[in-house]
Amino acid sequence: MALRSAQVTVAAQDGQALRAPDPVASAPLAVRGVTVSYGEKPAVFSVDATFPAGAMTAIIGPNGAGKSTLLKAALGVIPRLSGEVSVFGQPIETARARIAYVPQRASVDWDFPASVIDVVLMGLYRRIGLLGRLTGAQRAKANACLARVGMSDFADRQIGQLSGGQQQRVFLARALAQDADLYLLDEPFAGVDAATERAIIDVLKSLKADGKAVVCVHHDLATVATYFDHVFLINVRKIAEGPVATTFTGANLNATYGGRLAATHIDQLALADPA
Amino acid sequence: MGSEFVQFSLTPMLIGILASIACALPGNFLILRKQALIGDAISHVVLPGIVVAFLLTGVVSALPMLLGAAGAAVVAVILIEAIKRLGKIEPGAAMGVTFTTLFAAGVLLLEQTDTSSVHLDVEHALMGNLESLIWFQARDGWASLIDPVALAALPPELGRIALVCALVVALTLVFWRWLKISTFDEGFADALGLPTGAIGFGLVITAAIAAVAAFDAVGSIIVIAMFICPPAAARLMTNSLERQIWWSVAFAVLSAVLGYVFAGYGPLWIGAQHAVSAAGMIATVSGLILGLTCLFGPHRSRIGVGKETAT
Repeated sequence: MALRSAQVTVAAQDGQALRAPDPVASAPLAVRGVTVSYGEKPAVFSVDATFPAGAMTAIIGPNGAGKSTLLKAALGVIPRLSGEVSVFGQPIETARARIAYVPQRASVDWDFPASVIDVVLMGLYRRIGLLGRLTGAQRAKANACLARVGMSDFADRQIGQLSGGQQQRVFLARALAQDADLYLLDEPFAGVDAATERAIIDVLKSLKADGKAVVCVHHDLATVATYFDHVFLINVRKIAEGPVATTFTGANLNATYGGRLAATHIDQLALADPA
Repeated sequence: MGSEFVQFSLTPMLIGILASIACALPGNFLILRKQALIGDAISHVVLPGIVVAFLLTGVVSALPMLLGAAGAAVVAVILIEAIKRLGKIEPGAAMGVTFTTLFAAGVLLLEQTDTSSVHLDVEHALMGNLESLIWFQARDGWASLIDPVALAALPPELGRIALVCALVVALTLVFWRWLKISTFDEGFADALGLPTGAIGFGLVITAAIAAVAAFDAVGSIIVIAMFICPPAAARLMTNSLERQIWWSVAFAVLSAVLGYVFAGYGPLWIGAQHAVSAAGMIATVSGLILGLTCLFGPHRSRIGVGKETAT
């Protein structure tokens, strides 16, 4: 027995160069044992998660289940009590250039004196730097990102004069300008019109086709199966994670929502385990 | 506009202008961060800071005063945070409690201290003494500007406020992108890896430095007014942050110049005998400018402002 395990160890060392990279260690985003607390009650408790590349993952769960909190804690936007985060196998501090983040639309004051193009240009901050001059190529890049979300005509509009859906598209354009490999979006479909939802999903699918990892905090269970490849179910603790085809089940939803979903609602969803 | 102007009006006017600009610049960001009261708080806590610095050093000189005031500002910011978190009290109330208490403590300290030999009292703290900052050596009118003897006799407040104003301008320019991004969307700035905590703290410290230097020369009334009135008026003139900054500087300069002139000559125009406090008049003019932009500013009625946002 001792001999066998020794052999395995040797084999592992020999095969290191050839071995396929460990899927967890090099995943676009992996969190281990993350716990976050506001006050005394944990908002997220000891959560492990791995978000894959070339796929769209939905983080779903009831209100107050810690969906946004998990995302923000992974990014270091809010402090973690414990846990580790790795981005493409690196600590987040060295991998920030590969991450684009779209906060909840309601988290900012849209009365801020800025135009649409001003906001998109914020996505180029890492390339321009604190004191660098904005080049014509960078401005063109920002305009191209606006075009991708169908907002070219609004470049000089003050951001407060946009509809909610248009504001969400501006946020997405800013994320596109970051040219990232991992896109983290906090409720990108909340309160947007149908045209915007279409525009956003088209962009996200093209990102996925380019091999990027897309992770969305998502509310609408009806669209999970059509939009997403992976789901991550959370209610303070992790309930389940995996491909939609095997993990988006009535049993898992019941475990996540604790019976708060009506049975009739569950029946209407395209679930992996139809009743 | 001859030698009399250079001797008696040029330096107070310049000091008023520089103090107004130094306060208005950080005021733009404080207002956009919904922290306008911080400016108010800082200008109040400056008093106990300066008194304590005087008690410790026994002299009224710029550096200990600056350090004392900055120390008091830091104490105030920590107190405000502590009251907010431990007492679960809303930020405005926490600020109000902190700065009034510290200001009152400063007044008590001042009363118990022998400051009769130095230029430090409550009235001076509020109004400053802009009119006294004259350039008496400038006997040759404008030619004094190239006379080294006369230049050496410039009021030292002018040099200090010029230095601080230059520092505030430089900090605003250098950290422009950090300030803009983190003020608009702090979560996004965090995700970019920007030191948002340090940016917010640095802004408050910069405001404190501006407040102390301005306080030294012109008293806290101008400081409070200039943190809020020119930036708030500027916001109503434009929808671009860059242009808002320029407007706020223009309004600050206009307030200082008009306020100084009205204080000196206004009472005479209406038949009164004595000039009024320039600091008070400058603050009043800035308030009037804000009033006018509220009535006539091109961007005074913006969509969604003051209404519940439907989400």
